[in-house]
Amino acid sequence: MKEISIYIHIPFCIRKCYYCDFTSFSNMNDKIPKYMKSLMVELDLYKERLRDYTIKTIFIGGGTPSAIEARYIYDLLGHLYKNFNIFKDLEVTIEVNPGTIDKEKVKIYKEAGINRVSMGVQSFNDSILKSIGRIHNKDQIYESYKLLRDEKFENINMDLMFGLPNQTLEEVLLTLEEAISLGVEHISHYSLILEEGTQFYNLEKKGKLNLPKEDKERLMYHKSTEFLVEKGYNHYEISNYALPNYECRHNLVYWELAPYLGVGLSSHSYMENMRFFNTSNILDYIEKLEGKLLPIEGEEAIDKSTEIEEYCILGIRKINGIDKEEFKKRFNVDIEAIYKDPIDKHTNRGLIIDNGKAIRLTKKGLDLSNLVEVDFLK
Amino acid sequence: MERIKQENIRNFSIIAHIDHGKSTLADRLIEETGMLTSREMQNQVLDNMDLERERGITIKLKAVRLVYKAKDGDEYLLNLIDTPGHVDFTYEVSRSLAACEGAILVVDSTQGIEAQTLANVYLALDQDLEIVPVINKIDLPSARPDEVKKEIEDIIGIDCEDAPLISAKDGLNIGDVLEAIVKHVPAPKGDPKAPLKALIFDSYYDSYKGVVCYVRVFEGTLKPGMEIQMMSTGKTYEVVEVGINTSKHVSVDRLEAGDVGYVTASIKNVKDARVGDTITDNNNPTEEPLPGYKKVVPMVYCGIYPAEGEDFNTVREALEKLQVNDASLVFEPESSAALGFGFRCGFLGLLHMEIVQERLEREFDLNIVTTAPSVIYRITKTTGEVLEIQNPSNLPPETEIASMQEPIVSANIMTPTDHVGAIMELCQNKRGKFLNMEYLEEKRVVLHYELPLNEVIYDFFDALKSKTKGYASLDYELKGYEESELVKLDILINGELVDAFSLIVHKDKAYERGRSIAERLTDVIPRHQFAIPIQAAIGSKIIARETIRALRKDVLAKCYGGDISRKKKLLEKQKEGKKRMRQIGSVEVPQEAFLTVLKYDENK
Repeated sequence: MKEISIYIHIPFCIRKCYYCDFTSFSNMNDKIPKYMKSLMVELDLYKERLRDYTIKTIFIGGGTPSAIEARYIYDLLGHLYKNFNIFKDLEVTIEVNPGTIDKEKVKIYKEAGINRVSMGVQSFNDSILKSIGRIHNKDQIYESYKLLRDEKFENINMDLMFGLPNQTLEEVLLTLEEAISLGVEHISHYSLILEEGTQFYNLEKKGKLNLPKEDKERLMYHKSTEFLVEKGYNHYEISNYALPNYECRHNLVYWELAPYLGVGLSSHSYMENMRFFNTSNILDYIEKLEGKLLPIEGEEAIDKSTEIEEYCILGIRKINGIDKEEFKKRFNVDIEAIYKDPIDKHTNRGLIIDNGKAIRLTKKGLDLSNLVEVDFLK
Repeated sequence: MERIKQENIRNFSIIAHIDHGKSTLADRLIEETGMLTSREMQNQVLDNMDLERERGITIKLKAVRLVYKAKDGDEYLLNLIDTPGHVDFTYEVSRSLAACEGAILVVDSTQGIEAQTLANVYLALDQDLEIVPVINKIDLPSARPDEVKKEIEDIIGIDCEDAPLISAKDGLNIGDVLEAIVKHVPAPKGDPKAPLKALIFDSYYDSYKGVVCYVRVFEGTLKPGMEIQMMSTGKTYEVVEVGINTSKHVSVDRLEAGDVGYVTASIKNVKDARVGDTITDNNNPTEEPLPGYKKVVPMVYCGIYPAEGEDFNTVREALEKLQVNDASLVFEPESSAALGFGFRCGFLGLLHMEIVQERLEREFDLNIVTTAPSVIYRITKTTGEVLEIQNPSNLPPETEIASMQEPIVSANIMTPTDHVGAIMELCQNKRGKFLNMEYLEEKRVVLHYELPLNEVIYDFFDALKSKTKGYASLDYELKGYEESELVKLDILINGELVDAFSLIVHKDKAYERGRSIAERLTDVIPRHQFAIPIQAAIGSKIIARETIRALRKDVLAKCYGGDISRKKKLLEKQKEGKKRMRQIGSVEVPQEAFLTVLKYDENK
């Protein structure tokens, strides 16, 4: 049976952070019951199509999934287990924000079969947390973390950020140190991206954002990577680090261009050579599903050459790079037969290395990966 | 069609500053005379090229015939002749004014008279035209019609007491304008039986009819079947069709003295029907052509090259097509080490150059690269041989050059007195020779200068506009050649000489220009994985150096979960940008670099 992953989007938040441009709302709480019902209907509409699939991972993201009552999550997952084929070693992740969970909630998550928790920590520095629009403080990170450990959650990720306004290298490393000393199994360490429409973007345009200079930002990245690797974390994707065997299987699905179904507002799916995505209008979403219609807003057929380019763009993000044998197995052709020129070009420029087995980014390539990826496009 | 008698014909143009409402007024006149219904009217009927509309300027002139029943009960035939409005086209403006007896001067009642208006008013007065002032935009709260009227009386010295107060936008008092035309613009004179004298004031190529010439008949009669002669070339043709312009071409049996219309005679190229030329009857020729004909010669040259992935022959075909309609555009093939095969093209001036470039890109959907504009230099070699060089790359080695000459123009700069200081400083900076200053009235002067043309084509217009807030206007004509100390300035990117950037400059300006170009290239060339030195050199001597820092970061931290199309869009944008790059050695240079380095720097 084929494998598939499920992404479930929970678009509700207590407050929108200054850097965030994901589909999320802080003033739509009255829509929660209807929205959660719509999610179930949407899943039901895929029941036939997923008959021949086994669900391998589930990721509940947001927004802030922990901002809504835990019973919704429990019911939703229960619905999934009951109606779909489930892999016995299922990975189920939920994103939580410090300060939004309590003992009861965590207990329900456990009972719901969740076995991985991704905490939106971002920093252990209170003034930085405040300046990026987070609602929690450092103490709440510790409290929430303890609640999770008390309930025997054994696979915890922390999302952390660097390259933030007024942030120093020292602060970046201190934050990492705190996360490591707590013993988290996984760290996603993201460099700030200024997205159009966010508060930060607008401030930057007005020249009011004191961002670290490029060289300093790269130093943060390099030092962080060094530090994490030294502490036993395996650097396995541009921004991701894990203790051995704790790599996030759900995210690997994206990077390996394996099939996934996204349900919920504005979520994206990739299966059976189609990529499609849902509306980002919550009222439309609910209305469509009330009429038992899929809320799909757009779709694109992925032909073989597109699949190849996407496979490479995503695959090269992995530190181990693109495995040549797997490439050949999947596409029936050698990667060199298609991409000889870009491979030669970027090998000469020192951005990638071909060790015979795989093609991967060099240290320099990790800083300039877009230059490589652009040349994988047709 | 019943002929309207000569005394009921009025031939006129509209003179206005950009944005003062010329095209809108033209639309209203056409509407008011009932020639077109509102539904038929595309907005701004006269400017029908996209480019013109976008830039708000009229490039090629056209004529339209209106029939108006005046308050005196008579029907009048109004020929509206449109004029282009830029210094590059001064000659064409003067020819279309020459076809008229009067001109409507449109002045924005919120702005008053502006420099550019004045230049055209003087052109009109040169042609002895009757000026009919019209005060526009009186619907705006900031309108001050009385002040503006006084200003016109003071500056130009024409009576404004009865000037129509209108709003072309709202169609207010347009009838007053029509009445004023009938009343003040003189009827044409001329004898339909005299030997033919017809002035060509515009021409264009039509694939069915051949060249269509817009003409004003001054003497005699133009009829199909006649054998005509172009007086500047002596070439003869048989007239196929004569006609008038309403909303479309309407053929008529003849055009008589006083009439404005068109004539076709199986002419294959606009070069053979040049603006300003006189058409006469080959079997009964007039003794003297109409005055004022000039053969327009290109003053500015630049290289036009196909961009990456564009075909040389497609560019050639497009240039050929443009040339059919543009007698002043010339081109010939050339090649560049950096850019490959392309064309050296000659233009009337910078605006003409930019218009041709934009038309190639828009109308023909071509990707082109343009090199720095140049003028024609005269080089005397030590052997005594004299060369004319318009491509800096063709300059012989210094040791073979005995002397060099560059073109000098006589420039007239009209300005309010407030800006005289700034203009003098600018002209001095541009190696100008001050001749004298003339007071037009208390607050307005004309400065007469001699300027090297290569300074004028560099950034003079932009600098003049910026330093005088747009109040000064410039016109110039070639005066001749003068000895000058010139050097070839080369630009090296990453150690490699890029011939497309080479310039001939005065030796005293080389350092400043070299540094300014190097600085700008640092801004327009994107950062690469490695640091890129940009150098300016004269011969083997480096006179300026800048460095483009190496790119340290170009990575997306996050992949937006399953939203891969979003990441791909970003990459595709990046790739699209690369397509517009020209690979020079290992450096990717954006096509804009070749032109942006020449733009005026506000901060200088």
